[in-house]
Amino acid sequence: MTSELPTATPGAPAGTRNHDIAEYALRLGDDALILCQRLCAWVTNAPTIEEDLALSNIALDLLGHARVLLGLSGRSDGTNRSDDEFAYRRTEREFRNTLLVELPSGDFAATIARQLAYTHYTSLLYAELAASADEGLASFASRAAKEAEYHCMHASQWTVRLGLGTEESHRRMQAGLEHVWPYAAELFEADDLTTRLDTDGTAVAPARLRADWEREVTRVLTEAGLTVPAPSWEATGGRSGIHTEAFAPLLAEFQSVFRQYPGGNW
Amino acid sequence: MSAAVRLDLDRIRARVEAVPDPELPMITLADLGVIRSVREGSDRVVEVVVTPTYLGCPALPVIEADLRTVLAECGQPEGRVTWALTPAWTTEWISEEGRRKLAEHGIVPPGAAGAPLPVRLGLGRPCPNCGSLATRPLGPFGSTGCQTILVCTACRESFPHMKAV
Repeated sequence: MTSELPTATPGAPAGTRNHDIAEYALRLGDDALILCQRLCAWVTNAPTIEEDLALSNIALDLLGHARVLLGLSGRSDGTNRSDDEFAYRRTEREFRNTLLVELPSGDFAATIARQLAYTHYTSLLYAELAASADEGLASFASRAAKEAEYHCMHASQWTVRLGLGTEESHRRMQAGLEHVWPYAAELFEADDLTTRLDTDGTAVAPARLRADWEREVTRVLTEAGLTVPAPSWEATGGRSGIHTEAFAPLLAEFQSVFRQYPGGNW
Repeated sequence: MSAAVRLDLDRIRARVEAVPDPELPMITLADLGVIRSVREGSDRVVEVVVTPTYLGCPALPVIEADLRTVLAECGQPEGRVTWALTPAWTTEWISEEGRRKLAEHGIVPPGAAGAPLPVRLGLGRPCPNCGSLATRPLGPFGSTGCQTILVCTACRESFPHMKAV
């Protein structure tokens, strides 16, 4: 990330404080940022060179989403922090991403299972947020929805290919789904913040997204000959900064250059 | 606005529109459809309003730097580049001229946006080498994020296609 990049995006002008929007944008931005970091690790390790390109380009799109959302958060919370400041100057407990996106990627099937869960969620969420009463969120989502739709198609096609492929690819895809499904629940967690934002037309009630999400992923999994997991537990904690033990090493690597050269620009 | 300033804006607009896209230099920013306006702001500073293609596109900072250079060269070093996300960019804004130049360079231009995704991607994108319509997706992204790779089942050549969004 460089500091001179599209900063003059629409949204709350500096000084207009709205802590609810700041916190909400931080949650969505951190999801995109951390998943971006996880996907980047696939470069040179994916099954084919086309897939190296696919996962890294999806990561790049997610970085773009994170930059807009974190910038919006900084303008809304009154600190005017840049995207770089959010990414590099926070500690583990200050990140608001779900545990789903920070999980180690696992094998390719587990990565696709996570992509399936996340991209169906963002496709639905951004399509709704495009009509948000907040101009910053709405303008971000109107563009991001198109990108999320494409990422969703990528994940769905791989799910079907692996589900209907060989006995081994089917087994791994099902195992990947079973592994990530308990974590998908956190995407739909409701709290006072989401209730307030839903009431004033800024965001969408997570419960409504969940019903649509379940219908959509069930459609893909059925086509793929896979079973929709029925987890006995649901992960929680990321939205309040309580992360898994995999998160600190991720952050250490992600922030290592900045920590060696504080304030450096490239 | 005085006639002199308007004349100046016309000159700046022509220069701005002629800036080549950093990743697809065969087309200009005007061809790409990302220049929203070149105007004088309420503070009398010349402002170029641009729409980003993809939010994470690595060309965005280069476009911004190129536009700043043009503004400086036009005697407006204090000129402003503003990014507007709404309305979201669509490949329908690529000019006929832009489509012609993309095709000339072997990149099959985008079809209509808004159709269901697999249709936008595959069907009806003729192979630029042999003209066959029997083409299928090979990879969802190409040498740039806005492209996809298709392969022709007739002549077996692969070719880039700019995705309709």
